[in-house]
Amino acid sequence: MTPRRAPKTSKDIAVVGWAQTPMVRQTDLTEAQMLLRVITDALAPLGLTRADVDFTCLGSCDYITGQAFSFVTNLDAIGAWPPKRDSHVEMDGAWALYEAWLRLHEGDIEIAVVTGSGRSSTGDPALIYPMEMDPYVLAPLGADPVTFAALQARAVIAAGLADERSMAEVAIRARGKGTVEELLAGEYVREPLRRHDLPPVTDGAAAMVLAIGDRADELVDRPAYITGFDHRTECHNPAFRRLDDSPSTRIAAAEAGLGNGRVEVAELQAAFTHEELLLHHVLELDDDVKINQSGGALKANPIMATGLCRIGYAADHILDGGARALAHATSGPCLQQNLICILEGPS
Amino acid sequence: MIACAVVGVGQTQHSKRRLDVSLGGLVREAMFRALDDAQMTMADIDAVVLGKAPDIFEGVMKPELYLSDALGAVGKPMFRVHTAGSVGGTTAVVAASHVQAGKHRTVLAVAFEKQSEGNAQFALGSGRGASIGAGGAFAPFLRAYIHRSGAPEHIGWKVAVKDRLNALKNPYAHLKIEDISIEKVKNSPMMWDPIRFLESCPSSDGACAVVITDEAGAMAASRTPAWILGTSSRSEPLGFPGRDPVRPQACLQCAEDVYRQAGITDPRAQIDMAELYVPFSWLEPIWLEAHHLAPEGEGWKMVDDGSTEIGGSFPVNCSGGVLSTNPIGASGLLRFAEAANQVRGTAGEHQVDGAKVALAMAYGAQNQYFSTWIVSNSLQPFG
Repeated sequence: MTPRRAPKTSKDIAVVGWAQTPMVRQTDLTEAQMLLRVITDALAPLGLTRADVDFTCLGSCDYITGQAFSFVTNLDAIGAWPPKRDSHVEMDGAWALYEAWLRLHEGDIEIAVVTGSGRSSTGDPALIYPMEMDPYVLAPLGADPVTFAALQARAVIAAGLADERSMAEVAIRARGKGTVEELLAGEYVREPLRRHDLPPVTDGAAAMVLAIGDRADELVDRPAYITGFDHRTECHNPAFRRLDDSPSTRIAAAEAGLGNGRVEVAELQAAFTHEELLLHHVLELDDDVKINQSGGALKANPIMATGLCRIGYAADHILDGGARALAHATSGPCLQQNLICILEGPS
Repeated sequence: MIACAVVGVGQTQHSKRRLDVSLGGLVREAMFRALDDAQMTMADIDAVVLGKAPDIFEGVMKPELYLSDALGAVGKPMFRVHTAGSVGGTTAVVAASHVQAGKHRTVLAVAFEKQSEGNAQFALGSGRGASIGAGGAFAPFLRAYIHRSGAPEHIGWKVAVKDRLNALKNPYAHLKIEDISIEKVKNSPMMWDPIRFLESCPSSDGACAVVITDEAGAMAASRTPAWILGTSSRSEPLGFPGRDPVRPQACLQCAEDVYRQAGITDPRAQIDMAELYVPFSWLEPIWLEAHHLAPEGEGWKMVDDGSTEIGGSFPVNCSGGVLSTNPIGASGLLRFAEAANQVRGTAGEHQVDGAKVALAMAYGAQNQYFSTWIVSNSLQPFG
């Protein structure tokens, strides 16, 4: 039985602004302090205050913060007094954006703020990430995210979609330093991944402001309209997946209408170099599409905000005069869950 | 906004330890019951929304990743909500939003907690020593309520007895205390004054699932749908002078918001029953007042005169409530699901005769996160 399709609505919802904290190896600020600043930074240029915000949705992760109910403190940052329509996802801020996008479609409110935040510096990824794996079969192995990424990198290389040289080139473009020869002279961290193929540890937060049609037009010259938005998940166990493919990305891109026109830029949440090459292939992006001009997750990887930042950079392209941009976010081992957001300027 | 309704409800057998199932097995038990009730299969589901309380309860970070397979979400959108104790309610609200926004037609909302995997009291304190636990956090609010309202001591005992008697009529409930009595509650150990042991919720393993679909899907359902006439979620910060955790603004706003959406002007008269999130006995009169079901300071009188019993004029927590079953992440969704069952006429032995309109609410953190909905067996119950 084919899933029945939801009817489409014509309501327009746009990103009208966003802000991010300085992306640093370690911050002394708490998550609430980071959010306090970044929400103000996102609202102020629009002439908006917290009182103008009808709905908030925050994305963060207790295990990254190292505390149960960690997001409760973050209520201080959204100015929830009087109380706010509010929600929280234990997901990257990109999914918080998805919830806000749905909520705005209900049509009774105008402005939403979404955030993603995380301070990865306080923990050891090698200890934390195994805990997101199947607790019966995979977590007991204690394999860290670099190990799983290396397995996928091998599959991507075997499929002819990447090699160590092209991966090094991705790293050089993202970070703007080094030569292929220099990078390939480095030791493996997990073969075939070297230090340059890995993301940095980053503390940071991002906040984004959404507005519905008419309000968006009042607030900025060129709102970044969300014209396609979809996310999909896959089987969890990487051993049961084809790691040289990303079917959930493909479905999400099709449902978001990626093929309805050409995009000028693509911001892909690729924490490892081979992931960018795989996603580039799966999304069938033309060679002239500018990919991760921001430097991507290889340059700054604020866990729980990395995906939202991708959408922020794609929105910047529209706000600055571009026509169509693609943003991608991911979660889980070896790109298990993928989100695609298409942003377009006013026609 | 697109009209939507609950067309399937399922829950697990709840107990202290469900050692017979994995996390995946637990959520599937609830999911299949909800799909069977809706006469659907996973192929009919367009998106899955999963809610649970802190991941530290089971020690699995972002378990929606691992549970994607068990929940049949592969190739579909899988969304994860976490709003503290209110999360089960918020899961229903967010799932409804998926449909109301016109972006998904049929959505499965699932919430669970398998508290036997860890130590909930330890987790509630973020693993720090000297955790005061939930009871310790709420006791001051309850004392403040008693002080303000002048309610007599036995009100808490009466709520505890009522909900445990109701649980005896609910085949899924965790606590089954056959010989429950005022004497027994009164003589149980004092835990966090004024909360006695038998006025406290248990720690449970369990899951709940509901299927929400759009108007056309609900009209085609073979069983009576529970139309979702209003949903709301509100949050407020922890503490500052002027905030009142006994009568939280966020709770009042949620109630007023759903009443407005549903066209309710006299909630006590127009609503037939409520499933309120009551993990400690005294919260029943507190929430009755914060939903305008009783005047301020007089909610306890509805308990005292038996109004909130199944045969009373305004039955509350006919399922046995959180006092009888508390898989924390699922406890909110259980309220929303039980309210749906009541208006669908499928609540079994704890059915309120002729229930047409029901209220459900869940709250989280220190009376800070609220989620509410109103369901009915009619899209226009008030003509």
